[in-house]
Amino acid sequence: MNAVPMRSRLWRAFHQLGSPPYVYRIAGRLAPWLGVASCVLLAVGAFWGLVLAPPDYLQGNSFRIIYIHVPSAYLSMGGYVLMAVAAGIGYIWRMKLAHGVAVCVAPLGAWFTALALVTGSIWGKPTWGTYWEWGDARLMFELLLLFLYIGYMVLRMSFDEREKADRVSALLAVVGVVNVPIIHYSVEWWTTLHQGPTLIREGGPSITMDMLIPLLIMLAGFSLFFGWLLCKRLQGEILRRESRTRWVRNLAVEAAA
Amino acid sequence: MSEFLAMGGHGPYVWSAYGVTLAVMVYNAWAAYRHQANALARLQQAEAEQETRAKPTVRQIG
Repeated sequence: MNAVPMRSRLWRAFHQLGSPPYVYRIAGRLAPWLGVASCVLLAVGAFWGLVLAPPDYLQGNSFRIIYIHVPSAYLSMGGYVLMAVAAGIGYIWRMKLAHGVAVCVAPLGAWFTALALVTGSIWGKPTWGTYWEWGDARLMFELLLLFLYIGYMVLRMSFDEREKADRVSALLAVVGVVNVPIIHYSVEWWTTLHQGPTLIREGGPSITMDMLIPLLIMLAGFSLFFGWLLCKRLQGEILRRESRTRWVRNLAVEAAA
Repeated sequence: MSEFLAMGGHGPYVWSAYGVTLAVMVYNAWAAYRHQANALARLQQAEAEQETRAKPTVRQIG
């Protein structure tokens, strides 16, 4: 294959991804499919995890919380990386849409971080005998992640000018990303209450197949759910950012008719 | 059925964790759709205002 058309095709894809009308349309078309697929996966995964999977030999039935706790925690960290990468791209290439993606990820990531903390806390009571342990490294760094998300949103609110908010908040998002690997390795570096990793570890996952399959289904369901809401939020964000452009004004008139 | 709900004594923990998760996810789905609908409604309002402002005003001569 010739190098030149390949490069130009890549450039075209890059420019399309930076084009608000194109992304608005794609997000609108993807959203319902992601919504249906995620709801089906979540229903199947929850049924499998709650009813079909056997109880844990050590923890009994409380381990079933893993099917919502691990996907929430995974999205809280994956969401932060996505937010930081998008904000970084927006900062370096001055791409407004990338900042828009970061803005949309922040509230979703914050909610899933809160869910990871709450479900983990509920799981902790029957397993460790306590809802919360201030000395546990995993818990502290996950709580810091929630503060980073909230800090990003609050920092943006302190600027009237959107462009300035984009640039300053992007710095916070990028600097805060060091927290993500710390969360992941915290259970290995400091052994406290939180158990070790279940999935991403040397020697492969540490649970049996009949417990693992529903977890993978839930991980996929949570991810698609996140993608679904990200598409809808991104559409709203594009409308707000592009409110003065002709295509958005035409869209508003058409939608009103 | 009641045995299933009891979860061997872990029922309150399991069901409250799942309940909170369901509530947060439903709320987020609703909020995401409202986010887009609000943006569109605000645009339509701005367009409507612009239209009324664009109309020539009739000056009353007393």
